[in-house]
Amino acid sequence: MPVLKTMRFGIWLALLLEVLLLTILTSSFGGSSGFESTFLNWSNLSQVIRALSFIAIMGVGQAVVIITGGIDLSVGSVLGLSGVVTAVLLNANVGTPAAVLAGVVVGLFGGILNGLVITRAKLPPFIVTLGMMSIARGLAFAITGGETIRSLPPGFLLIGQGEILGLPIPILAMALLAATVGFLLRSTPWGRYTYAIGGNEEAALLSGVSVHRVKIAVYALCGLAAGIAGVLFTSRFGVGQSTAGLGYELDVVAAAVIGGVSLTGGRGTILGVIIGSLLMGILRNGLVLLDVSAYWQQVAIGLVIVLAVILDRRTTSS
Amino acid sequence: MAPLLQMSGIRKEYPGVVALQDVGFELRSGEVHCLLGENGAGKSTLMKILSGAIRRDAGRIMIDGVDAVVDTPADAQRHGIGMIYQDFKLVPELSVAENIFLGNEPTQGRLPLIDYSLMHERSREVIAMLGESIPTAAQVRGLSIAQRQIVEIAKALSKKVRVLAMDEPTAPLTEHEMKNLFKVIRRLKEEGVGIIYISHRLEEIFEIGDRITVLRDGTFVHSCLVAEADKRSLVRWMVGRELEQEYPKIPLDRGGELLRIEHLNAGMLKDINLTLYQGEILGLAGLVGAGRTELARVLFGADPRESGRVTLGGKEIAPRSPREAIDAGIGLLTEDRNAYGLIMQMSVRENITLSNLKEVASGPFLSRSAESAVAERFTSELRIKTPGIEQQVEHLSGGNRQKVVLARWLFTKSSLLIFDEPTAGIDVGVKFEIYQLINRLAQEGVGVIVISSDLPELLGVSDRVAVMCEGRLTGILSRQEATQERVMLLASGETALEGFRG
Repeated sequence: MPVLKTMRFGIWLALLLEVLLLTILTSSFGGSSGFESTFLNWSNLSQVIRALSFIAIMGVGQAVVIITGGIDLSVGSVLGLSGVVTAVLLNANVGTPAAVLAGVVVGLFGGILNGLVITRAKLPPFIVTLGMMSIARGLAFAITGGETIRSLPPGFLLIGQGEILGLPIPILAMALLAATVGFLLRSTPWGRYTYAIGGNEEAALLSGVSVHRVKIAVYALCGLAAGIAGVLFTSRFGVGQSTAGLGYELDVVAAAVIGGVSLTGGRGTILGVIIGSLLMGILRNGLVLLDVSAYWQQVAIGLVIVLAVILDRRTTSS
Repeated sequence: MAPLLQMSGIRKEYPGVVALQDVGFELRSGEVHCLLGENGAGKSTLMKILSGAIRRDAGRIMIDGVDAVVDTPADAQRHGIGMIYQDFKLVPELSVAENIFLGNEPTQGRLPLIDYSLMHERSREVIAMLGESIPTAAQVRGLSIAQRQIVEIAKALSKKVRVLAMDEPTAPLTEHEMKNLFKVIRRLKEEGVGIIYISHRLEEIFEIGDRITVLRDGTFVHSCLVAEADKRSLVRWMVGRELEQEYPKIPLDRGGELLRIEHLNAGMLKDINLTLYQGEILGLAGLVGAGRTELARVLFGADPRESGRVTLGGKEIAPRSPREAIDAGIGLLTEDRNAYGLIMQMSVRENITLSNLKEVASGPFLSRSAESAVAERFTSELRIKTPGIEQQVEHLSGGNRQKVVLARWLFTKSSLLIFDEPTAGIDVGVKFEIYQLINRLAQEGVGVIVISSDLPELLGVSDRVAVMCEGRLTGILSRQEATQERVMLLASGETALEGFRG
C-alpha cells in the first residue's frame, strides 16, 4: 500500500499544531538575541527525541503486533528485565558485548515465549502478555533483590549517552529499527501476511498463510525491540533498576494508536507510530518547559491522546 | 383502493455514481412482490431507503395512498415496515422471546420491569401464527439458521409489520427448510402482509412470487405479474441481453487419474472413497451438514484426518495445513467469501497474490511491478469491475469479490480446485462467467470439485455427481444418471446400489 494513501494527514496536523503552539508559548521575541525559544532549539529537541526513543523503539514492535490484531502488554516489564540482566552481567565482568547481547536475547526470548503460548495454547494475547508482564517484572526484582545496580563500565554507558555525527545513539537506533521494520512490512511476504492476519485471520489461514509462524515472529520482534530498549535505557541512565519501564506498555500502545494503528488489526504503519511517539514525547517536554505541575501534566496528556485520535478519525475519509 | 406501499421517482446519488434514478415500486397488501436485478442494480439501495437506513435525494413514498416520512429506521418501524437481512440481527446470548421483544418489552403495569410471562405468551402466539414451534426460552445461540430466520420474522410480526422485505431468505436454507419458509410466507400473505422478496434463484420466484419488478443499473426496467414472465425473459430484463444457455457445458475429455481418496475418516466423515480424473468436473451434492464442506477442508489440510489414504497425481499427500495443501497443488475456494476468503481492507492486488507471493517476489522481497502485472492481467481477464487494482475489496460488489478470490486460486496454478458454493448470492451474468471459467479450467486438465446447494446448477455443470449424507458418500452418478430425484433420494440416505462405485 502506498505510504501516502494510508498515512493520515490528521496526525501530521496534530504534530504541527503542537510544535507551533509550543514554539509560540516558549519564545521570547526581540531582546538582544532576537528570536529565542526554550523549546525549539537543537539541544532541547535532541534531548526530547532521545527521551522518547525508548517508547518509539518499543512502539515499532508493538505496532506490528497490533497490526496482526494482537497486543503485547509485557514490553515495559521486558525492558526492565533485560536492563537488569545486562547490568548484572556487566558487574560480573563478562564484557560489554556479551552483556548487551544477553539483554537483547532476554527480550527476544520473552517475545518468542509469548508467541508460542498464544499460538499453541490458543489463548488471547491480552491474557498471555499480561502474565508475562508480571513474570518479567517479578524476575527483574528477584534478580536484583530490589537493589539498584550502579557503577556500570564507561564503555557501556557510551551506548546510551554517546553520539555519532552529532546524533544521540538511541535516536539512531530508533531510526534504524523503524526503517528496517517499515521496509520488511512493506516489501516481504512476512509483512503482507502480518496485515492479512489482522484483517481476517481465518481467511489468511485458508489462503495458505502460516499463521502460527508469522505470529511467533511478530511477538519475537516485539520482544526484541523491548530488549533493545532495555539495554539503551540502562546505558542512558547508567543504572540497572528493576522498576525501569514500569507502566511504559500503556504509553507504547497509545503511541501506536495515536499513530493510526487500528486496535482491531489489519491497518497501521511504522511511520505513524513514530509520529505518535513524537506527539506524546514533545507534549511531555512542552508541559515541563511551561512549568505545568506533574499532576496536570497527566491530565493534559490524557486529553491530547483522545483529541489526537478524534482529529485523526475525522480527517480519514471512510 | 390505494396500494399498501407506493414508491415513485426515487433517486439516490453517491459521489460519482447515480445509484437509483427515477425508480418506482408498488406493493399491495397480501402479495409477494419479487425485486430482481444483478448485483449493483440498486435493489439494496432501494430497500435501505425504504427502511430509513439512508435518505433518498428525490421521490415519494406513500403508504395507503398518503405521503409518508421515512427518514430514519424508527420512522420505518412506525409505518410497519420491516426488514429481514441476510445476516440476522439477533443477539445470540438472549432467549427467543427476549429477541422477539428486544427494545419493545412488555412491562408489568406501570413498573419499568419486564413482564416475562406476558413476553413468552405473546412470543408463543406469534410463532404459532407462523405455524412453527420453537421454545421461547431457548437461547438463540443454539438455534439452527432456519429457526433463527423464523425468530426474525416473528420479531417483525410482533411489531405489527405490514411491509416485510426479505433479502435472499433462502440462501442459507436446505430444500426442506425452504419449503417450510414458503409455508410461512403464505401465512403472512393471508394476514395481509405485503412481502418484498429479493432472490437470485429464479426458480423460487415462480414458486412464491405474485409480481416482479426488475432493476438494472439503478433504473426501472420492467414490472409484471409472475404469470406473464418466463425464466428467459427474466434473465433478459436483468442482464440486458440474451444468455444462450444457462449452463454452458462442454463435453468431458477426461484424462488420467488425478485424485484418489481411500477409506478416509475424519470427524463426521466416514469411509470416503472417491476418484477424480484430470479435466473432470465432479459435483458434490448433499443437504447442508452432509459433510461436503468438511470433506473439502480435510483435503485442503484445514482440518485433521484420522485415517485413510489420499493420492494426488500418484503421490500420497497428507497436508497438515492449507499451506502444505497449496504447495501440493490443491486450491479451495471457500464458502462465504466474506468470512473465509477475502481480506476486506486489502486491495484487489493484495488479495489476488496472497496465496502465491513467492511467484511475485525476487529473492526475499516482493516485486511491486510483478505483483501489479499479475493483478492487472486477472482483472482484465476475469472482467473484474473495479476502479483499479489498488481498490479495497470491501468496496466491490459480491460478484466482483468472488472474481477476486477466483483470480487468487487461478494464480496458484493448482492441479485440483475445490469450489464451495461458488455462485452463492451472485447474479446470473456473473454466474455464467463462473461456469465458463470452471469449464476452461477442466479443459486445461485441472480436476474440479464443485459443492453447491443449487441442485439444477450442480447437475448443469458436473460430469459426475457424488452425493453425501451424514458424513458418508451414498452414491456417484454419471451425468446421464443424475436427475434431481435420484440425487435427492441419495442425499436423504437411500443408498443406491446401481451406479455406486468406489
